[in-house]
Amino acid sequence: MKKFILPFLLLGLFSFTYSGDGDKIPAVTVKKLDGSKVNSSTFSNNGKPIIISFWATWCKPCKKELDAIQESYADWVKETGVKLIAISIDDARSAGKVVTDVKSKGWEFEVYIDENSDFKRAMNVNNVPHTFLVDGNGKIVWSHNSYTEGDEDALFENVKKLAKGEALSH
Amino acid sequence: MLKKHNKSSLAATFLMLTLFYTAGLRGQTFSNESGSVHGYFQIDAQYYNPDSLIGAPKVPEKMLSNAFGNINYNKGKFSAGVRYEAYNNVMQGFDQRYKGQGITNRFARYQDELLDITIGNIYEQFGSGLLFRTYYEPGLLYDNSLDGIRVISNPYKGITLKGLVGKQRTFFTVGPGIVRGVDGEININELFDSALAKMKTKVIIGGSFVSKNQPETNPDFVIPENVGSYGGRINIIREGFNFFAEYVMKENDPSLANGSIVGGKTYYSYKNGDAAFVSASYATKGISFLLQGKRIDNMSFRSDRDASLQNLLINFLPATTRQHTYLMAAYSPYATQPNGEVGGMAEVQFKFQKGSVLGGKYGMDITLNGSIANGLKQIGVNDSTTSSKLYKTNYDEFGQEYYHDFFIEVNKKFSKKWKATFMYSHQFNNINVVQHGSQFGVYKNAISNIGIIDVTYKYKSNSAIRFEAQGMLRDNKDTLNLGSWAVGMVEWTPNTHMFIAVLDQYNYGNPVADLKLHYFLVSAGYTSGPHRISLSYGKQRQGIFCVGGVCRVVPASNGVAISITSSF
Repeated sequence: MKKFILPFLLLGLFSFTYSGDGDKIPAVTVKKLDGSKVNSSTFSNNGKPIIISFWATWCKPCKKELDAIQESYADWVKETGVKLIAISIDDARSAGKVVTDVKSKGWEFEVYIDENSDFKRAMNVNNVPHTFLVDGNGKIVWSHNSYTEGDEDALFENVKKLAKGEALSH
Repeated sequence: MLKKHNKSSLAATFLMLTLFYTAGLRGQTFSNESGSVHGYFQIDAQYYNPDSLIGAPKVPEKMLSNAFGNINYNKGKFSAGVRYEAYNNVMQGFDQRYKGQGITNRFARYQDELLDITIGNIYEQFGSGLLFRTYYEPGLLYDNSLDGIRVISNPYKGITLKGLVGKQRTFFTVGPGIVRGVDGEININELFDSALAKMKTKVIIGGSFVSKNQPETNPDFVIPENVGSYGGRINIIREGFNFFAEYVMKENDPSLANGSIVGGKTYYSYKNGDAAFVSASYATKGISFLLQGKRIDNMSFRSDRDASLQNLLINFLPATTRQHTYLMAAYSPYATQPNGEVGGMAEVQFKFQKGSVLGGKYGMDITLNGSIANGLKQIGVNDSTTSSKLYKTNYDEFGQEYYHDFFIEVNKKFSKKWKATFMYSHQFNNINVVQHGSQFGVYKNAISNIGIIDVTYKYKSNSAIRFEAQGMLRDNKDTLNLGSWAVGMVEWTPNTHMFIAVLDQYNYGNPVADLKLHYFLVSAGYTSGPHRISLSYGKQRQGIFCVGGVCRVVPASNGVAISITSSF
């Protein structure tokens, strides 16, 4: 145990490369709705911003948020070129429901299933909904936990700033 | 292994160092191409007032808290992380064996295109998890991570191979059994991409083998020290259709979970176990159908044959009933019965499009769902060659009913300001089996009719008030199941950072006049980006809290609770 922890202590000492915001998306395998596997580090949007939204079929606020975004999504895409990637953390119990929820709700997002929460852990997400913004260079620059009415407007303000290359505020 | 106090002081030192460096360096602009550090913290604490009327026990410590922090480090193909957990003392409703603190998770991982190697605490899932799934759910204090080594390889396009070995976490140590597993998955379309790339039908097949080893010294029984299990799965996807099936078998595995005690003597079951899970769906824009079926027979699979509750489970048996989130609909949730269960669910979802008669200006979503779970019909066997198997089952015979739930949910947006959810659910729950794990308990079956209205009034672009009214009608003469309930809630979000909510749960139908109680709870919270703090004050009724099919019983409480979460 001791031998195993020591390297981490050293790692803590030497890793003063903390940057807070601005790291790349960690590399974890997630599943597309067609069953194929994709590495999360390959998420890209041709230099335009990406929204990554963690949700679950059993999470009411998550679905409210995605419904609210869906209402204006076409306008958001037109104005900023943004892409929303929805990451479902449903496990085997409800993973089968992801595709039926997405289609019946008519969501036009890119959807992936993170069935054993590997991506969720790598992104330090504990509770859903949790939303991230990734800039045109693939750096994570903003995140937000939970959803209340109107959060989608604040999110879009940040997307617009990002599309123009401006700094963000929380 | 270090002695416990050494371990925790080391843990504390590490945590402080990490905090120091991350805090001290925040805001500085080093090039981050070389690596990054991220973390997550959560602290929950509650001050308890004893309240004999609602059954809230006296807590000698007065205040209890659960806390943990994760730190992850990533640099290119290398990543590593640690988690520190502290329960001083563990909060009500959790296993008391969590008292204490220490480093409970640490791993290092290297991955490139060909190979992915992890040492330390590993989370992994084979197929749907019927044979192997390790995961972490802090809300339930569920963590069965495998402390060992895992190798994942993609030797050829479309092929994924996984192998792992280790022991599982239990509280602040590891369980006695060694778990070993291999899994292979082939994506047929990717494998033959030249011929099949354009085929609309996608086929993925997979197979797993998992075994455990635990020494045995029982003088009365010959108990297998090695227990093997294996299974296969297939997933076929064509446009809107999706079909998944998995079947697994487990060799005889006498254990506390499948044994029975008759007249003070333990009888072990040497019967083989098996489980099948099938899910089929069709979805197209605006409408979807989902059908799921499941049969489980003697599939409690643990790396310690004497473990109970949620400890040291190697596999995950999903419930095929819908997980509800509204308080009353989730009052008596279902939990999978690993010793024997057959069940299924059917769901239809559709959307009345914008502009249609029912859809109105904004559309309307409707969900219809029915699910049912029964026991298996066990036929006793006692001829000399099979008596140790205790029973046999047939695929075409069901046992007594455990649970059903039929519900309809309607989501409708009326205008830019008003939207609402309406729900009606009819539930049946065999409380003895589902909540108390016994066929012969004292509880009556509970039949509940539940109605819910949830209205949101968004009076400004970022301000809203939400009202919930819920009612659950039950047998008001049933003293053990407490009778009917009414629930009212108002939640105000004056801006996107804050919320204030008042909740009242009223047990108006309790057969005992003195117990017709109101459970008032006031809560407030503040969110800023990835940081969140919430406070609550009042009474919470005893309840069952479930996440992802795992449930825990939370006792009634009366007091002040605080929760802080933060990630960076």
